Amino acid sequence: MANENLSVWTSIPFWRRSAAWVTGFASILLIWLTFDTLGQISMGTDADLKAGTTKRVPAPTVINYKIGYEMSAKRGHEVPTIGEKQPFFGKEWSEKEAADLLHLGKLTSQAKNCMDCHTLLGNGAYYAPDLTKAWLDPAWQKGGAMQGMTGKSTTEEAMAEFLQHPSTYPTHARMMPNLGITADEAKGLVAFLKHMSSIDTNGFPRNFSKTVDQFKAGGSNAH
Amino acid sequence: MLTSIKTNSFAGNKGKELGMMYFRVAVILFGAQLLMGLIAAIQFLVPGFLFELFDFSVARMVHINALVVWMLYAMIGSVYFMLTDETEHEGVAIGVGKLAFWVLTAAVTVVVLVFIFVQVGSGTEASIWFINEGREYLEAPRWADIGIVVVVLTFYFNVFATYIKGKKTGIMTVMVANLMALAGLYLAGMFFTDNISMDQFWWWWVIHLWVEATWEVFVGTLAAYALIKIIGAKREVVEMWLWIEVLMLFGSGILGMGHHYFWIGTPEYWWEIGALFSALEPVPLIAMFVHVLYDWGKEQGIAKAQGQVGTVANNTPALSWIVTNAFGNFLGAGIWGFFHTLPQVNIYTHGSQFTAAHGHLAFFGAYATILIGMFYLGLQYAYGIKVLKSTFKSKMAIFLITFGVVGMTVALTIAGYEQVLVERAELGAGWNAFFVAQNLPWYVQAQMWRAIMGVVTFVGFVYLVWDLLTIGQEAKEA
Repeated sequence: MANENLSVWTSIPFWRRSAAWVTGFASILLIWLTFDTLGQISMGTDADLKAGTTKRVPAPTVINYKIGYEMSAKRGHEVPTIGEKQPFFGKEWSEKEAADLLHLGKLTSQAKNCMDCHTLLGNGAYYAPDLTKAWLDPAWQKGGAMQGMTGKSTTEEAMAEFLQHPSTYPTHARMMPNLGITADEAKGLVAFLKHMSSIDTNGFPRNFSKTVDQFKAGGSNAH
Repeated sequence: MLTSIKTNSFAGNKGKELGMMYFRVAVILFGAQLLMGLIAAIQFLVPGFLFELFDFSVARMVHINALVVWMLYAMIGSVYFMLTDETEHEGVAIGVGKLAFWVLTAAVTVVVLVFIFVQVGSGTEASIWFINEGREYLEAPRWADIGIVVVVLTFYFNVFATYIKGKKTGIMTVMVANLMALAGLYLAGMFFTDNISMDQFWWWWVIHLWVEATWEVFVGTLAAYALIKIIGAKREVVEMWLWIEVLMLFGSGILGMGHHYFWIGTPEYWWEIGALFSALEPVPLIAMFVHVLYDWGKEQGIAKAQGQVGTVANNTPALSWIVTNAFGNFLGAGIWGFFHTLPQVNIYTHGSQFTAAHGHLAFFGAYATILIGMFYLGLQYAYGIKVLKSTFKSKMAIFLITFGVVGMTVALTIAGYEQVLVERAELGAGWNAFFVAQNLPWYVQAQMWRAIMGVVTFVGFVYLVWDLLTIGQEAKEA
């Protein structure tokens, strides 16, 4: 190394230059891909929903539609589907109302620190169930254990009721604590969950529709 | 370590003194991290423990934030510590640096007290600003974010100005450039959006580009400095390695970000990019491992040939921790990361105890180890000791902490297998599937072992603190 002309492999300037080039190239590629991705994950509009244009992250008004999660033969994994109109808390929400509700829900999800027990899109803590597709979970549908326990007749009302009084509905020894969630915040959170279930997550969680199918066939996945 | 506050022989080096101030707070926060981890581990086994008083979410939030903050403290401390050695300059505005230290420490105290006593807020912007931002690892409220940015800018100015005025070694060049990226990335985590995919996209810019890129380069830089300092490794060799490591770490780590973009709403092309580059991420960790052991062996051999008896290291506890770093980084970040980095596997393992297993060994192996090594370097200097030898307590500390963390990792890996196979593969990842898996006897047994190994780690930590408090004085008297 005293003699740098001996070999390029022991030359500090060579490695310094290489490090700079590789880092620069990787950074530029990341930034370029980031621009592409940001375009693809920015929220769609109400017009997209009306026109049936598929967006990876749909508009907040997706809460006015029935959401599914079905196997796509073309993509080889499950994808969210947006079906016919469906009342949410008994009404159809305007663009502004839906956006405000989602805003409240997202803020509440952070203020109540959901992510330090649950995972959202698979990220967070591992103490409580993943919430990515919680809206679609059979437990919360008609005939499901959670909806039955709250005595409510829709998924959204059952979820909102549970969120306001979680420790009143102990399902397992491990319970959700009471976080002082108000009725409005609970509605917001349910909107946030319903919206999240419509995001195209490339098939995560895998097999989720198996749970749903078993439930529909009248079986329970409780062993 | 405490006595070094007053009776040190810093020979007037203000930078090193400031470094020690950061180290002391880091050790306290490290203890807080472990205590919170113990509470959370117990809650997995006894769900009623502190229920609606100090819930899992609170314990977990403080657990991971204390972790991040103690590491940042130890990192800032390490930079102040090495500043004069590398630049051969006293440091430009250490007085301002000290002020920044007190501001930061006061802010951290307030944030932790709010986390512990206020815990959660209502669904308003004010909660995000003053209580808790609710984004894993970045829970610090926005006011604190801004405070952190100001303090870090002060720190960076100090380092940068000293670098410009002083000698520009390769180590310091990497340090200054890397720190700029490290500090700048924090800004990517400081905004609110209703779009959860967008939220997590930028969130990973901070988390991933910290722990899998800039923090790793930071560790490479510290190891380079420490090897010169402890075993007298040749600067030319060490700096050449450092540039190779930078090349490989950034070459794999920057685009390795793709492995966090598999399932958060981002497009499919991240599967290929994430798989390819993150699969390469262990390569530099092997290189770092080889580098540390090779240099150690080489210098030891040279010393032996010159007739020196015993170890070539002038600080055996620090060297032990740095060698543990070489192993731990490769195993925890490299192997345990690679286990579940391919999308074909990750679609099942994403967000399971597998992730927790990797997280524990990686943070410990890659970062905690080398930063503890830096504490010992600090002590050696503070007490003006020529050769610092491991004591019984040093050995107990490194053995118990390492054994404990590896034990937790193995336990969590087993829990992860159970969870992934039953909850994800067999039952289809629903609400009920989650609880079925959580109640499996083997899963519960694994969580039990995790708690036991957590206690072992904590006992090791007690030895570590005891050693840090006494080793300097004892060595001086001997």
